[in-house]
Amino acid sequence: FQDQTEQFFRSGHTNNWAVLVCTSRFWFNYRHVANTLSVYRSVKRLGIPDSHIVLMLADDMACNPRNPKPATVFSHKNMELNVYGDDVEVDYRSYEVTVENFLRVLTGRIPPSTPRSKRLLSDDRSNILIYMTGHGGNGFLKFQDSEEITNVELADAFEQMWQKRRYNELLFIIDTCQGASMYERFYSPNIMALASSQVGEDSLSHQPDLGIGVHLMDRYTFYVLEFLEEIHPASQTNMNDLFQVCPKSLCVSTPGHRTDLFQRDPQNVLITDFFGSVRKVEITAETLSLDRDVPGLESKFPEEELATEPLKYAEQLPVAQIIHQKPKPKDWHPPGGFILGLWALIIMVFFKTYGIKHMKHVF
Amino acid sequence: QVQLVVPMTVIFAPGSVPGDLPRPLPFRDVQEMEISVNLRTSVTSRYEMHYRSTTAREEAALAAATAREADAALYPLQDTALGSLTMYVVPETSPLLPQGINVYVGKHRSALVRAGGGLAALQARLREVTQLMSFTASSIAAALSDRVPDGQLGPDARRNLKSSLGYEITFSLLNPDPKSHTVDWDIEGAVNRFVKPVLDKLSLVANFSVDSQILYYAVLGVTPRYDKESSSFLLSAHSLPHVINPVEARLGSSAASLYPVLNFLLYVPERSHSPLYIQDKDGAPVSTNAFHSPRWGGIMVYNIEAPASSQASLPLHVDVDMARVMEVFLAQLRLLFGLSREEVPPEFLLESPGNEGLADWELDHLLWAHTVENIATVSTTLTSLAQLLDKIGNIVIKDDVASEVYRAVASVQSAVTELSLGHLLAAFQASKEAVTCSERAFFDPSLLHLLYFPDDQKFAIYIPLFLPMAVPILLSLAKIVRETRLQKKEPTKMD
Repeated sequence: FQDQTEQFFRSGHTNNWAVLVCTSRFWFNYRHVANTLSVYRSVKRLGIPDSHIVLMLADDMACNPRNPKPATVFSHKNMELNVYGDDVEVDYRSYEVTVENFLRVLTGRIPPSTPRSKRLLSDDRSNILIYMTGHGGNGFLKFQDSEEITNVELADAFEQMWQKRRYNELLFIIDTCQGASMYERFYSPNIMALASSQVGEDSLSHQPDLGIGVHLMDRYTFYVLEFLEEIHPASQTNMNDLFQVCPKSLCVSTPGHRTDLFQRDPQNVLITDFFGSVRKVEITAETLSLDRDVPGLESKFPEEELATEPLKYAEQLPVAQIIHQKPKPKDWHPPGGFILGLWALIIMVFFKTYGIKHMKHVF
Repeated sequence: QVQLVVPMTVIFAPGSVPGDLPRPLPFRDVQEMEISVNLRTSVTSRYEMHYRSTTAREEAALAAATAREADAALYPLQDTALGSLTMYVVPETSPLLPQGINVYVGKHRSALVRAGGGLAALQARLREVTQLMSFTASSIAAALSDRVPDGQLGPDARRNLKSSLGYEITFSLLNPDPKSHTVDWDIEGAVNRFVKPVLDKLSLVANFSVDSQILYYAVLGVTPRYDKESSSFLLSAHSLPHVINPVEARLGSSAASLYPVLNFLLYVPERSHSPLYIQDKDGAPVSTNAFHSPRWGGIMVYNIEAPASSQASLPLHVDVDMARVMEVFLAQLRLLFGLSREEVPPEFLLESPGNEGLADWELDHLLWAHTVENIATVSTTLTSLAQLLDKIGNIVIKDDVASEVYRAVASVQSAVTELSLGHLLAAFQASKEAVTCSERAFFDPSLLHLLYFPDDQKFAIYIPLFLPMAVPILLSLAKIVRETRLQKKEPTKMD
């Protein structure tokens, strides 16, 4: 038991967070949503509560009109494991999953009106797990088929997090094609990264399901899920075992990892340091001695309501006026210098080549 | 760069003046000590001591029967500014301090110290007392924990609550077996009577908001073991970490507040698992039957006595003894803030703070640590903000962000000045203001910079667009230039 306490104190974290991102939309990218939900399920099972998970899914597969089994997302063929369950809490859904929102979540530069469930409220004693999946390439990850996040931006976002001590240790897992390129540029301390394939390799999907009609999972995450199903909150499995998951014979691509920025030896890092939420606990040995005969103070909770006049129904803005409000006219700006110069050049060349006299042939 | 100044008064009662004083009373002296946190950061502590002898009224107060009465009588005669300390040196044979006790620390900011052994011994004792009542090297290092190189801090250094503008406290009653127990707790009354005085005292440090809730059918994640000898159920110490997680998912938290949440849970075990005791690592049952988790909160198990007759009708009605519960919860609250009385030397006697929850000097202790922590946070935030803005030249800085930065800088400078003058309260408030402004500036949503243009992207996007367009233009330009040159050589033909 003494060793266990030593290990608790060695890890140095007091809470766990997880940011799980699926960046692709469309029905044929079912497997990316299933990947993310599998990791979500494992992380919840091992103890991280929903209030500490930021789940971003770019499309809705469970209620997609093309889903022959609505309200389910399966990760094994023959519908063995439904990872959607009935207590999924998606924080950023559909079109809210953008590069900007993702970076805002990481760096904390969020507009004040954002609810608590959409924020990453980590502190300097938080271990954060970041899992990303989707379509990627050498140095970028595609979001929603319309924008990309580059590895430099991601590295800068992590550095911003480090500057503000928003994490104690960070585990970054990415399952995309050429995933290792995304962690090449990290330079902040205490980051460990895993990727499903090296630069130049593609990550392949695992099994198609003929009943649903799409590939259900990617290979790397499939084997990671199998590995995680063996972990329970008190297990002592360490990171070296996670690095061995999905060798080339099973995965076809070569998974990679990066630990040079991490201060502890991966041998000493428990899986539950990132995937679970094992709290440090101390026995309360002291008590306060209170005088029980204290008379109750009147409730001094301040009444913080400003005196407002009661509003009448008729005083609201009439609905017709709200609906038919015209959009504010945007200010017109004259074209900028570059465009103007280009047009001037084109017109000058045209006139010089054809001469003014021949203009009448054009009109 | 930061100097922490503690104004102290050392008052000698008649008969306690050591023979080897360097100068006759009254005189002033200064002691400085450097606390080095890492290679570049260090904090100097400066104790400005004023030695004098007692006045007539103080002598009359010191003639009281017990140390507590003397302390109460001396309180109106003291300088009670936050951060200042007053030490009364009583003769070695004084009856005020019980046998074996050399120092009595009162509820406010004063202590009674027994003289003896000459000036050096007295000064050593005084130094111990002042460090206990203000700050120690380790408490400052803990406040600056992110600057200390790893491995140098002890395991308890990073477990205190971080300095924050506010905290949300939630009291939850967990009743997993409502069929057997109907539990009533007068939480509103308990909060008014016991919790409010403590929070009022802590209101200088932060804003507190209190909620409470009752959760039914919430079970612990661990099955307790039945122990035949004591015919009770036991939760061993190493299963405690796994207790919290399944419950936490159901606790909920206020959606509007961003302050850290402290959860205090009262668990009434099921009838089939009663009575339930918590074991510490040596296997002995814990007297408080409670445990806490740093930066999260605490849990207490409240056992219900079995009814006298086994035919009592279910559900049993239970009225929770809120005073006993609050004694434990408030002690846990103190421990979460880092106010522990465990490491006090045996010759010290500390006065219990009573219903206020914490002594004035413990409040000072918190304020010193938080002020230093706030100043360090502000300087890190502003430095990293400056580095970010240097690196990315394209970011537009709005006026209000700029004004927040100026205000933060002004506030932190005033905090450092106030600390060097010994005004703890003013320094703390300035540091709080500095933290608010700097956090607002750093986390302003407009500072997100997304435009990263690597060179190969520039080529890849702009060349296919402009190259085909440019080819005829450049060729025509070349033709024009050639024609003008030819025209210049030949005079135009005139018909």
